Amino acid sequence: MTEPATPLWEVFIRSRSGLPHKHCGSVHASDATMALQAARDVYTRRGESVSLWIVPSSAIIASDPADRDALFEPTGTKIYRHPTFYEVPDEVGHM
Amino acid sequence: MYTQALNEKDAPFTTGRSDDPIKLERFQAIIDAEDKVEPNDWMPDAYRRTLQRQISQHAHSEVIGMQPEGNWLTRAPSLKRKATLLAKIQDEAGHGLYLYAAAETLGMSREEYYEQLLSGRAKYSSIFNYPSLTWADMGAIGWLVDGAAIMNQIPLCRCSYGPYARAMIRICKEESFHQRQGYEIMVTLSRGTPAQKAMAQDALNRFYWPVLMMFGPSDTESMHSADSTKWKIKRFSNDELRQKFIDATIPQGQHLGLTFPDPDLKFDAATGHWTHGEIDWSEFKRVLAGDGPCNRQRMKVRKAADAEGTWVREAAAAYANKRADRQRIAKIAAE
Repeated sequence: MTEPATPLWEVFIRSRSGLPHKHCGSVHASDATMALQAARDVYTRRGESVSLWIVPSSAIIASDPADRDALFEPTGTKIYRHPTFYEVPDEVGHM
Repeated sequence: MYTQALNEKDAPFTTGRSDDPIKLERFQAIIDAEDKVEPNDWMPDAYRRTLQRQISQHAHSEVIGMQPEGNWLTRAPSLKRKATLLAKIQDEAGHGLYLYAAAETLGMSREEYYEQLLSGRAKYSSIFNYPSLTWADMGAIGWLVDGAAIMNQIPLCRCSYGPYARAMIRICKEESFHQRQGYEIMVTLSRGTPAQKAMAQDALNRFYWPVLMMFGPSDTESMHSADSTKWKIKRFSNDELRQKFIDATIPQGQHLGLTFPDPDLKFDAATGHWTHGEIDWSEFKRVLAGDGPCNRQRMKVRKAADAEGTWVREAAAAYANKRADRQRIAKIAAE
């Protein structure tokens, strides 16, 4: 195979105004314009989207699954961050 | 059907050699807890290879599956039928793309998977090696082939591998349109002239057995699903899925006033299931091995499409390079 690999892009869809863009998949395309057109054809054939974001896959910075415990475990012991940790006197009512 | 790859045996010299037993145990615990495995998570080599083979062959099936339907696109009987058939074929291309994307997360590029298809090293579903001879075949394919696909794919929505499961959820939503589109063609033909009804019957006669074969060999013959089951890639056996499909399909065919080409087909009131006659597995093996009615034609068309598209990909890459160069030069000039 002499052809170079076609770059990979990640596709994010906003399904309607007011909602955030959400990752829905990826496409291959030579440039950003073609990536946007391919994403429209592949992921929005049935009114799934009002807006698209396309990001080069190589630009995504991801956490390593091996670091999951180191990164996210500490929050497990910090229950005082949750509102349910605190008691509000009954007389005060809803807060 | 599209899970025929799960009936293939892994290369024996590579199975379970390099896997650390502690990691393996942790991995199985994740699976048993119905948690999902994601692309960068540790996974056994055999799990990765099984999924690479399964997902890519599923993708190849979607891509090759456009051919039997494309055959009738220019001869669809009305503009409405042409538009819906075109939409369906476009969906198949989309399904192929979702699946290649899922397969790529396992560490192999789409180009490599595609090369395996073109070189004949990778297979695709046996069903697409049968010809579509009449317009009624568009009905039979949608109703039966996509119907069988749905039976097979709904459990795959709960597959332990996250990217595959997510792709399957999208695909299943769209397959339901395909099946209804096909059944509607069958309803129209069955209520039409005697010649139209005969055409529908002929399509059913030709597709019925090959569709049953899509589910793969009988459970007594297929010994390779133990790992797939343990890893929750496959959740039902070939025979279980085939039985579900038959039970759902026979009443639909009866509603059309058509008959099934199986003299041994009968309803067992005691079990509530339909029992069927013997499947001709020699035909299945022949088609899988490359000697079906259309194997050579399907590959020839696919290779030609790839070859004829080379200049488009090259031009797109050259244009992207040119633009990138110009931007770089403009940036230097501005500084």
